[in-house]
Amino acid sequence: MPERTPMTLFSMTTRAMSAQMVRMNTATSNLANAGSVSSTEDGAYRPIRAVFSVELDRASGLAGVTVGSLVRADTAPTKRYDPSHPLADKDGNVFEAPVDETAEMVEIMESARQYQNMVQALQTAKQLMLETLRSQ
Amino acid sequence: MNERLFGIHGAALTLRSERMGVIASNIANAATPGYKARDIDFNAALDARLANARGSIALGGSDAKLLFRSPTMPSLDGNTVELAREQVAFAENAVAYSATLSFVQGKVNTITRALKGE
Repeated sequence: MPERTPMTLFSMTTRAMSAQMVRMNTATSNLANAGSVSSTEDGAYRPIRAVFSVELDRASGLAGVTVGSLVRADTAPTKRYDPSHPLADKDGNVFEAPVDETAEMVEIMESARQYQNMVQALQTAKQLMLETLRSQ
Repeated sequence: MNERLFGIHGAALTLRSERMGVIASNIANAATPGYKARDIDFNAALDARLANARGSIALGGSDAKLLFRSPTMPSLDGNTVELAREQVAFAENAVAYSATLSFVQGKVNTITRALKGE
C-alpha cells in the first residue's frame, strides 16, 4: 500500500464508496453479458463478483473496505440446442452465459443503498465537524 | 487544564468523535465477509479517560477499548453488522455529540464573557 497517511473518516468513506462502485460495475457487466452465447463451454461468459475485505487502520481504529478480489462464479453455462445459430458447435448446441438477472438487479439495489448509507453518514459527520469548527 | 475548563465534556466530545468513526466503519463494512461489528462502551471509556486525566498520565492516542457487538442473528458469511442497529447507534451518537458540543460552547462563552468583563 503506497498511502501511509492516517485514515480519516473522509478517506474511509471514499474507499468504501469506490468499493461499492466496483461492486456495482461488476453487477452491470454481468447484466450486460446476460444472454451472450459461445460455441464452447469454456468460452461462455461467467458472472463476476466483487469480494470485499477489511482494511484496518490501527492508529485511528477505523476500518475501511476495499475490493479484495474479483471472483468468477463457477456455475455451468446453459447448453441450448439451436442448430441454426451461427455460433452452434458440431452437435448444434450453443452455450449461454449463466447470468441470473434478478440476482444482479438485487445486487445493484443493495449496492446503491449502501452507497447512500455511506453518504448519509458522512454528511452527518461533516455537519458535526463544521459545527465544532465554527463554535467560538 | 483541559479537564478543569471543560469538565467531563472535553473527554466526552473526543470519545463521541471516536465512536462516530467506529460506527461509520461498521456501516462501511456491512457487506464484507467475516467482518465483526465493533463498538465502544461509552461509559467505561469515559470513566477510564477521566481517571487517566486525574492521575496526570499523558494520554497517547486512543485508549477506548473496542468491543465486538453480539449479533441478533449471525449471517452465513460471518458478518455481524446489522445495518438498522448501526444506523440507530450512529444517529444517537450524533445527537449526543451535538449536546456535548453545546455544553462545551456554553463553557467557552462563559469564559469569554468573564474575560471581556461584560
